[in-house]
Amino acid sequence: MPFKIIASQCTGCSACEPLCPNVAISEKGGTFSIDPKKCTECVGYFDEPQCVAVCPVDDTCVVDTSWPRRQASA
Amino acid sequence: MDAVAGRGRRTGIAEYIGEIAEHKGCRTSHGGPSTNCGSQAGQGDLPQTIWEKVKNHPCYSEEAHHHYARMHVAVAPACNVQCNYCNRKFDCANESRPGVVSEKLTPEQAVRKVLAVATSIPQLTVLGIAGPGDPLANPEKTFKTFELVAKAAPDLKLCLSTNGLALPDYVDSIVRANVDHVTITINTIDPEIGAKIYPWIFFNHKRHTGIEAARILIDRQLQGLQMLTERGILCKVNSVMIPEINDQHLVEVNKTVKSRGAFLHNIMPLISASEHGTVFGLSGQRGPTAQELKALQDACEGETKVMRHCRQCRADAVGLLGEDRRADFTTERIMVMDINYDAEMRRAYQAKVEDERAAKIAAGREELAELAGQKSEITLLVAVATKGSGLINEHFGHAKEFQVYELSTSGAKFVGHRRAEVYCQGGHGEEDRLSNIIGAIKDCQAVFVAKIGDCPKRNLLKAGIEPVDQYAHEFIEKSAIAWFRCYLDKLQSGEILHVKRDDAAIRRKALTSAA
Repeated sequence: MPFKIIASQCTGCSACEPLCPNVAISEKGGTFSIDPKKCTECVGYFDEPQCVAVCPVDDTCVVDTSWPRRQASA
Repeated sequence: MDAVAGRGRRTGIAEYIGEIAEHKGCRTSHGGPSTNCGSQAGQGDLPQTIWEKVKNHPCYSEEAHHHYARMHVAVAPACNVQCNYCNRKFDCANESRPGVVSEKLTPEQAVRKVLAVATSIPQLTVLGIAGPGDPLANPEKTFKTFELVAKAAPDLKLCLSTNGLALPDYVDSIVRANVDHVTITINTIDPEIGAKIYPWIFFNHKRHTGIEAARILIDRQLQGLQMLTERGILCKVNSVMIPEINDQHLVEVNKTVKSRGAFLHNIMPLISASEHGTVFGLSGQRGPTAQELKALQDACEGETKVMRHCRQCRADAVGLLGEDRRADFTTERIMVMDINYDAEMRRAYQAKVEDERAAKIAAGREELAELAGQKSEITLLVAVATKGSGLINEHFGHAKEFQVYELSTSGAKFVGHRRAEVYCQGGHGEEDRLSNIIGAIKDCQAVFVAKIGDCPKRNLLKAGIEPVDQYAHEFIEKSAIAWFRCYLDKLQSGEILHVKRDDAAIRRKALTSAA
C-alpha cells in the first residue's frame, strides 16, 4: 500500500486518477492524493505502478515509507 | 510622401493579374503564380470542399486569421507524452505558449465560457481543445465538451490538437463528434531524433523511453494522420523547429506528412528560456532566429502548404490570433455574465466581415495591377502594426506584435509575425523597450503604423527602418504594394540605395492580455 503523492509537486493534471486499478486516487483542493488503504502498487494488475509511470513531474508519486511494502522494488 | 502620390495611378490590367491576385500571398516565385498556397491566400487552388472548411478558420487560413477569432478551452490537463520543450508545472498568466493555462475547466464550465465569448466576440468561429495536456489523453472530458458545445452553439467549428499517441484509438470518436480539423504535432519521423525530444511516453499502461518510445509515437502519429485524412478530416501538422536537433530533418517530415494527406504544415520556432523550467530551457537549447525559421519555411513550401501565422497560443487563449482576451473570461467572470447566444446577430456580423474581406482582396488586386509592369529581383520585408481586419490600424507604441510581409514584384506575402513588448505604457516610452522592438524587426526595411511619435521615429530611422504612417487605417497589402512600387521608383531614379537588412530575433516575451 505504499504510494503517496507529494502535494506541493502535483500539477493537478489528473492523468493518474483514471489509471488507478483500485480507484485509490482522488482530487482534493486542486491536487490529487492516494488512499493508502486502497493502493496495491498495481501488483496483479500492471507491471509498473500506473501513477508513477504517467506522472509528468519526477519524484511526485513516491513510496510512502510509513506503510509496509507490498513488493520488493518500485 | 512619394508613395501617396503614386497611389492614384491605375493601368486597368486587372484581368491580366486576376489569376495571380486570387493567389494573394503566394507570389514569391518570380516565375508565376504558385500552385500550392492554400493557407496564405483566398481560395487559391484549394478544392471547394476544403476551402469551405477553412475559410473562416483563423488557424488554418492566413487570410481568415485577420478577421476571425478562436478560443481554446482548457478541459484536458492530462498528458501521455513528455516533451523536452514543455514544463507542466509552469503556469504564468503572462506567458503565451502551448501547455500553459491559468485554470482548468469542467466540460460544463467550458460550454458556459464558449457561449460567453461567442456573445461578446461575434467573429468567434472556432472552438478548439488543445490541452494543456493532450485532448485524447482526456477523452471523456474532451468529447463531452464537444457534445455540449455542438448542442449549444452549432455554428462553431470544432477542432482539436494532439500529440497523436492515442489518435488511432479515437478516430471514430472524432468523426462522430463532427470535429472538422485536427492538428497533430509531429516533430520528427526519425526515432533517434525523437529520443532527443521526448524523454518518455505512456502507452499501454507502460512508460516507454528512448528510441523505443519515439518509434511508437511516430508510428501512431503517422497512422493516425492517415486514418483521419482517409475519413475526410482536415489535418494540419505542427512541428517545433529545434536548431541542431530537427531543423534540417523537418524538410523530410514535410514530405512524409504531405504524402499521408496533411493539408497544412506549421513549422513553429522552439520557445526556450531557462525561466520556463523546461529541459531545453535549462540546457540552454536555443530557438531559431527569424531568418533560420523563414529559410526552413521557404524550403518546405511547395511540398505541403506552410503556415506562418501561428502564434503558439495557450490552451486557454481567447480572441483573434495575436490578441489575448482570456482575462476577460475567467470562470469567476463568466459565472456572473449575461449570456445571450444570438445566432442571428453572429451571422449578421460575420456577413459584414465577409464584405470587408472582399473589399480588402479587391484593393490588393488593384494595387498589384499597378506593379505588373515593374521588373526587379528585389525582395524585402516590412513590418505592420495591426489590430486585425487586414488594416494598418495600430499605433506603433501600442503594438503587441508586428506582422511581417515579404514584398516583391509578385506582390505582398505574409511571412510571419514578431512579438514586441508594448513600447508605450502610460504615455512614456522606454529606451530598452524600443531597442527590443527594433531588434525584433531589424530585418525589415520599413514599419507601417497608424501613428507614431517623433522619438521612436528618429530611432527607427537611425536603425535604418523607415517608419511609414501615411497609410493609416488602409488595407495592409494594398498599402505595402503601393509603398514598394515607390521604393522601386526611387531606386531606379537613384534617390535611394537598396541595403540588405540584418537577421532579427524572435521575441520570447509574454503576450499579455489586451484588457
